Amino acid sequence: MDCLRPSLLFCSALLLAGCATGGNPKDPWESYNRAMYRFNTGLDDYLIKPVARGYNYVLPAPVRQGLGNVYNNLAEVKNIGNNLLQGKGEYAADSFARLLVNSSFGIGGLFDIMTPAGVPVREEDFGQTLAVWGIGDGPYVVLPLLGPSTVRDSAGLGTDYFMGVLENFDSVRFRNGYYAARTVQKRSELLNVTTLVDEAALDPYSFARDGYLQRRRFVIYDGNPPREYDPDDPETPEPPAK
Amino acid sequence: MKKLLLLLGLLANLALAAPIPEEMVRNTSKDVVDILKKEKNDRKAREQVQARVLPSFDFGRMTALAVGRHWRGASPDQRTQLTDEFRQLLVRTYSSALTTYKAQAVDVKPLKIDDAATDVTVLTEVAVANQQPVSINYSLRKTEQGWKVYDVIVAGVSLVTNYRGTFNETVQASGLDGLVKLLKEKNQSGGALKTDKS
Repeated sequence: MDCLRPSLLFCSALLLAGCATGGNPKDPWESYNRAMYRFNTGLDDYLIKPVARGYNYVLPAPVRQGLGNVYNNLAEVKNIGNNLLQGKGEYAADSFARLLVNSSFGIGGLFDIMTPAGVPVREEDFGQTLAVWGIGDGPYVVLPLLGPSTVRDSAGLGTDYFMGVLENFDSVRFRNGYYAARTVQKRSELLNVTTLVDEAALDPYSFARDGYLQRRRFVIYDGNPPREYDPDDPETPEPPAK
Repeated sequence: MKKLLLLLGLLANLALAAPIPEEMVRNTSKDVVDILKKEKNDRKAREQVQARVLPSFDFGRMTALAVGRHWRGASPDQRTQLTDEFRQLLVRTYSSALTTYKAQAVDVKPLKIDDAATDVTVLTEVAVANQQPVSINYSLRKTEQGWKVYDVIVAGVSLVTNYRGTFNETVQASGLDGLVKLLKEKNQSGGALKTDKS
């Protein structure tokens, strides 16, 4: 479905690249992507994962959860902005209420008291906003350090950066410290996920790619994507009647 | 008067009864959460969960979906082998996921379907320790053996169709027998899962 409404630029890039390689039409830059994936995995195996394991070992779970809450609370600013840009007034209000209450009564965001109170995170980023505005995925691309993305989602990163709170703090040293700390926290949250993916995947590269693309479609539709006609399903050979 | 009220209650119950797929997912999820709470031994918990859950799964359909357009060109023998191997892989992944994320409660969303529906998706949200809830959705369809699950979608990622990219590439490179071989190797190498402390 997404394929029906990408911008002209992305669409033609997609078609051209699809013709050129004959591989997965969503992944025309596969050889570059695989190389970057290997680089990221190497960095992860030798540096980030061991640090995250140590972090998990040293800090008790409630402390890690509190720190995770603080980072998520800071991200509410970006959620408010993107919900507004997508015309989701109610979700923007939820994000605003979360930011207010969790920052104050939740002591600077250490405690997420709004989720149990029935106001869950309404996570949105500018990549999703662009999608809601009608821009298609564009080719899949693996970014250095940041991992799986698409051309559209990469374009969204800059805007989200400007909506960051500590991202715009003046001191470079402080910002770098913040990035490092947040990365380790995020990685420690994902240790179990990556173990499961390693267990499940036959080819971790394409498993991560297809998983990323499926996941993005899911969050763009706020967790309830419409059923797609599946031309590759061997049991439904007829196209849907229009 | 009492009898009349009872009768009215019964009738109301019948009218309000949730659709079968929704009840199926709710009952199964509840049993799985109970098993995970009671049985602290991961291996035993996994066996009990499998015994409870697997009869509701339609592995033939799952394998056909994962293999995609190459399925039509597969011989009956290849289909059986693919289904057997893929079943092993899915069962291992699914039960590892369940025991890794000690599910604490499952919220099954009410399903609105008409009686004629034969293919539905039941949405659930699973509360897990120390983390935001995870959405797990189940696609079911009506078969001669009753309603069967043919896809499990965890946080938006289908445990079934997410294999299609890899499967396609493998079939293009080394044929359907190559895919059977790859799955066999994966199943033989995959032993007990080492999980990180959380």
